[in-house]
Amino acid sequence: MFGYYMELALRSLKRSRALTALMILAIALGIGACMTTLTVLHVLSGDPLPGRSASIFYPQMDPRDMKDYAPDQASPSQRFPRQLTWVDGMNLLHSRRADHQALMVGGQVAVQAAGQRMDPFLSSSRYTTADFFPMFGTPFRYGRGWTSAEDDSRSRVVVIGSDLNDKLFHGEDSTGRVIHVDGRDLRVIGVLEPWRPAPHFFDLNVGTYSGEEGVFIPLSTARDFLLARAGGIQCWGKGSGDESTLESSDCAWLQFWVELDRPEKVAAYRDFLSHYAAEQKAIGRFERPANTRMLDLMGWLDNEKVVPSDVRLQVWLALAFFLVCLINTVGLMLAKFMRRSGEVGVRRALGASRVSVFAQLLTEAGMVGLVGGIAGLLLSWMGLWLVRLQPVSYAKLAHLDLTMLCLTFVVAIGATAIAGVLPAWRACRVAPALQLKSQ
Amino acid sequence: MLMEIGPIFSALRRHRLTASLVVLEIALTCAIVCNAVFLVGDRLAIADTPSGIDEANVVHIVASDIGRHGDDHARTEADLAALRAIPGVMAATISNSVPFGDTSWGSNLNLAPNQRTSTVDVKNFYGESVGETLGTHLVAGRFFEPTEYVWLDDLVAGKAKPAAVIVITQGLARHLFGDASALGRSVWAGSSDTEMRVVGVVDRLAAAGGVDRSDVELTTLMPWRESTSVGGSFIIRSQPGQADRVLALAVETLKKIDPRRVIVKKETYKAIRDDRFAGDRAMAGLLVAVCVILLIVTALGIVGLASFWVGQRRRQIGVRRALGARRVDVLRYFQTENFLLASMGIVIGMALAYGINLFLMREYELPRLPLVYLPIGAVLLWLLGQVAVLAPALRAASVPPVVATRG
Repeated sequence: MFGYYMELALRSLKRSRALTALMILAIALGIGACMTTLTVLHVLSGDPLPGRSASIFYPQMDPRDMKDYAPDQASPSQRFPRQLTWVDGMNLLHSRRADHQALMVGGQVAVQAAGQRMDPFLSSSRYTTADFFPMFGTPFRYGRGWTSAEDDSRSRVVVIGSDLNDKLFHGEDSTGRVIHVDGRDLRVIGVLEPWRPAPHFFDLNVGTYSGEEGVFIPLSTARDFLLARAGGIQCWGKGSGDESTLESSDCAWLQFWVELDRPEKVAAYRDFLSHYAAEQKAIGRFERPANTRMLDLMGWLDNEKVVPSDVRLQVWLALAFFLVCLINTVGLMLAKFMRRSGEVGVRRALGASRVSVFAQLLTEAGMVGLVGGIAGLLLSWMGLWLVRLQPVSYAKLAHLDLTMLCLTFVVAIGATAIAGVLPAWRACRVAPALQLKSQ
Repeated sequence: MLMEIGPIFSALRRHRLTASLVVLEIALTCAIVCNAVFLVGDRLAIADTPSGIDEANVVHIVASDIGRHGDDHARTEADLAALRAIPGVMAATISNSVPFGDTSWGSNLNLAPNQRTSTVDVKNFYGESVGETLGTHLVAGRFFEPTEYVWLDDLVAGKAKPAAVIVITQGLARHLFGDASALGRSVWAGSSDTEMRVVGVVDRLAAAGGVDRSDVELTTLMPWRESTSVGGSFIIRSQPGQADRVLALAVETLKKIDPRRVIVKKETYKAIRDDRFAGDRAMAGLLVAVCVILLIVTALGIVGLASFWVGQRRRQIGVRRALGARRVDVLRYFQTENFLLASMGIVIGMALAYGINLFLMREYELPRLPLVYLPIGAVLLWLLGQVAVLAPALRAASVPPVVATRG
């Protein structure tokens, strides 16, 4: 039966080419616009560490002085500095209460390979501690990360990103080679595979969709050399922001992440944090009432509102656009089906049930949806290509994945079928006798 | 004309579903287009926010020195002297940020020492003669004297006492002191509560970094000398029309002084502005594109439905013609019908436009939709409807009276 309906549908669609083309075009434009913007939203609000993110947490506390203290008025984002001070970061790091923990800050350094004639160039850097690599599951192409012992001994070692390895060493195994970082010699012990979590969750200060870091250096080593720091810093009281005395100043400038794989551990760590803050308040380091928070990775991204508001606005716009296109299609399909009242009347008079007429008309609507969906898919490919040309930081991330591909088809066919229900229902209700008579 | 409205309504009532779909489509299009046109205007206005500086002639160079070479101050002086000696250069300095640039330095500003809550958060510009070099306009008082400057690194290290003077923008002056003159008044800056006296007011100087549009004018100039090792970058103002030449020469000069220096960025001010507002312009372009496509889709929908109606009513048209209606009467009939449908759509659309605007105001902190955008949308949709219905209506008008006698 379905084959017969298909044939009828094809014949009917062919009869009024312009109207069919118009319906397909409207569906395709609507689907294209929706899928383009939804894909961008999907990519930008995606999980940067799939499978791992639920056990990664961002502890925060409020070590500031009493100035501007207004707990009732403060918006949630002002209740905590976004980062930690050196003292708190080091205390939490050395207490080792979590499965993994890493303290870190971003920076920018001039890089040059030893014994090469290439001019030095700037590369983004990350100064962090040993657990960074196992905690975030960074993929290594060659070598390994450094150990806590190497952190403590301020080892002159470096892990480099794949881009930098390609640039300096043409992608070869460069472990054991030496690079100059701001004029200091560091030995390469590891090379990463391309690794660019999006959003750049562990440090949003250097750009929400920032690209991959070139060099990873032990935090202690970086502070020894006073390598240039980049990102946000918030100071209070006597904190001056002088780069050489950041360890002792009242400034928050470090990110601290922990991995806790079981709910009991998470609860225990929350307890530990509030005890820590209470203790710091008791010894007089913290002035404000003890206040701590620990969001998980996705909660943190949500809290920081990482998805640009324009992207959400574009999704709304596309949905509204799609709605207009659908209404347009419903109207056109209604016109088309009603024009065929005579044909429907003949079929009904010859014994076709109302249900089978309905099914026939819905098949026709579904075909329009299918073709519109395919055309819409092509349009969203084109749309995403246009997005990638845009001068925004997240542009390069905009690619269609399998989820969105399937969703496109489901939405296209589903929406058109729904659009077809009303006209098909109206058309199959015509009284056959009346139609036959009027002919 | 008036007499026709009655029959048109009763005809429409027989096609309630189709008619309401057209009305709904026109309403949604009207609502979206009103808001989109408003958003486009808003975005373009943002992209045109004045910076308060001599944009045509300012260039910007970010350089990074590898390692540290000791006497920072002397090297900075040497760099600046060399830059100022380039023919075509009017002024050169090192500043911590440029208006609409990426890097911003902020602090709070208070009207009294030891305030419990700070009065306002401002963005600060540091560097020797930054105001003069950028070409900002003084409206009262003066810029800083050479003796008032201290080096920023000395200041943060506690090796120098800060000079107690500050220059603020007119916008900030109004925010702090209302209509009263700001000159000679004191403000307390930063967590260290340094007292500073306002010695000058500039008409405007836009903040760097991502600030809310209402805060873009809340900026100050402070008399701290900058160097590249504490995050400063070069700002050069050229003689009119020489920006590109001066930029190339300046880079060459800086590389000559220290070949190991890395030039991270070299740009004219136009590039900075374009970069900052690229997103707004792209969004405006996108909105225009969506509006145009939306209007085309709606127009085609009207054409499709009107054609269907004309086809369906061929006999009635023939009867009317046979009973003495002229071609122009038939044409009018369809035009009036479309006008009525469009009007209903527009009325609903305006309410909807207002609703969408309320939603956008809540979610995206947009300003209220000015009422003037509603008639614009209305006229647009009326015209669109009339243009779209013309072809089917003409086809209807050409139905010969003889049709009435057939079938």
